[in-house]
Amino acid sequence: MMNSAVRIRGLRVVRGPLTVLDDFDLDIGRGSLTGLLGPSGSGKSTLMRAIVGVQKVAGGTVEVLGHAAGDKQLRDRVAYVTQAPSVYADLTVRQNLRYYARVLGVPMTDVDRAIEQVDLGTHADHLVGRLSGGQESRVSLATALLGAPEVLVLDEPTVGLDPVLRVQLWELFHRLAADGATLLVSSHVMDEAERCERLLLLRGGRLLADDTLPGLLARTGAADAEGAFLHLVEKAEQEVAS
Amino acid sequence: MTPRITLATAARVLTQLRHDPRTIALMLVVPSLLLTLLWWIYDGGILFDRIGPALLAIFPFLVMFLVTSIATLRERTSGTLERLLSMPTGKFDFLAGYALAFGTVALVQALITAGVAIGLLDLNTAGPAWLLVAVAVFDALLGVALGLFVSAFASTEFQVVQFMPALILPQFLLCGLLVPRDQLPDVLSAVSDVLPLSYAVDAMSEVQTSADPQVWGQIGVVLGFSVALLALGAATLRRRTA
Repeated sequence: MMNSAVRIRGLRVVRGPLTVLDDFDLDIGRGSLTGLLGPSGSGKSTLMRAIVGVQKVAGGTVEVLGHAAGDKQLRDRVAYVTQAPSVYADLTVRQNLRYYARVLGVPMTDVDRAIEQVDLGTHADHLVGRLSGGQESRVSLATALLGAPEVLVLDEPTVGLDPVLRVQLWELFHRLAADGATLLVSSHVMDEAERCERLLLLRGGRLLADDTLPGLLARTGAADAEGAFLHLVEKAEQEVAS
Repeated sequence: MTPRITLATAARVLTQLRHDPRTIALMLVVPSLLLTLLWWIYDGGILFDRIGPALLAIFPFLVMFLVTSIATLRERTSGTLERLLSMPTGKFDFLAGYALAFGTVALVQALITAGVAIGLLDLNTAGPAWLLVAVAVFDALLGVALGLFVSAFASTEFQVVQFMPALILPQFLLCGLLVPRDQLPDVLSAVSDVLPLSYAVDAMSEVQTSADPQVWGQIGVVLGFSVALLALGAATLRRRTA
């Protein structure tokens, strides 16, 4: 399917004694905004790492934009934000972004644009180590906005942010998707689900649901995403028990 | 390898250091102070002339080992290394960037230390003083290479610091400073033949005693060790991890 930005078939990831993902399939269309929800330990980060190509996999295939995940061709086309901010605490916000911009070979004008997009303009010349946790993770997010990545894999980018900023960032994610980028955004905050076109509910390495929010609510009869999730978890547990 | 990324990495490492003036001061001043202490202990006599150049070889090796091992351990644990490797950064861009940055610091350190030793403390060498500086810079690169390699085998800063007595002190004891290498017991003499610091100190002694010192053979050995350690270090930089 040429329209797939991400195509996963039979993915298997083993970490230590644990099989995190097994026989996992997923397609994500280009220019879409997909929310990846699930409790911690459900395999969200592992799945994202596999898509970026930094996760050792035990089997299956992961293709991104028609190439094997992590392929040289993808290095400046796929942007990735880890849960823990991967930035230099002993550099200022601007110095961090200028360095990553040089590595990516994108124009320096991108640096100020990305700083504005995450609303850190007033802190551009502050040392990252002196920022709050939420501000630090925004520096990490700004790095992913440098250049024009075609696929953005964002692992809990809005954790610890105030509601106003969260709304702003989700608007930004929608704009990026409307401009043709493919976004996969994980969260364990269920109300963020309402901002995604497509929802994936992951639990214990399995997809409990892959639907739109209205579809999910209709199917479960729940009032919101959190209710739908709880309903699906209960159903899955009953199936295991019986 | 991409020169743009190598140079950006070297500049970034130096910028990080610039935000830490205390470390810069310690790196640049402490060797001169120790050399002055030694001069005082030996009352500036002939023993100072003999031991001084050997210390010029040991300081840059030791100091660069410490800063590099800790700096690269931080890159591994903070996720910045993973992010860089998911970008167009090559392993050798990363390694060469560090070698270039700390090599530059080592050059300044060696110029200051040699300047103090010869200008203020009247260190007498038969060979040219610039060779002392050249050998010191190669020793610094050896320290960088060993530090990069060792950081792969430590998961905390406590562990990495413990590699100093484990890997550096034996080389110090066997390098010919305490007992000339040909007067060591046979087994120890043979061991000292395969330790890189022995060749660094030999090169310094040659500059000290000979008006026409032949040090390129020894420098070649030191450089060979550095390249081999960098290659081993590159093998420990993995794009995909478990």
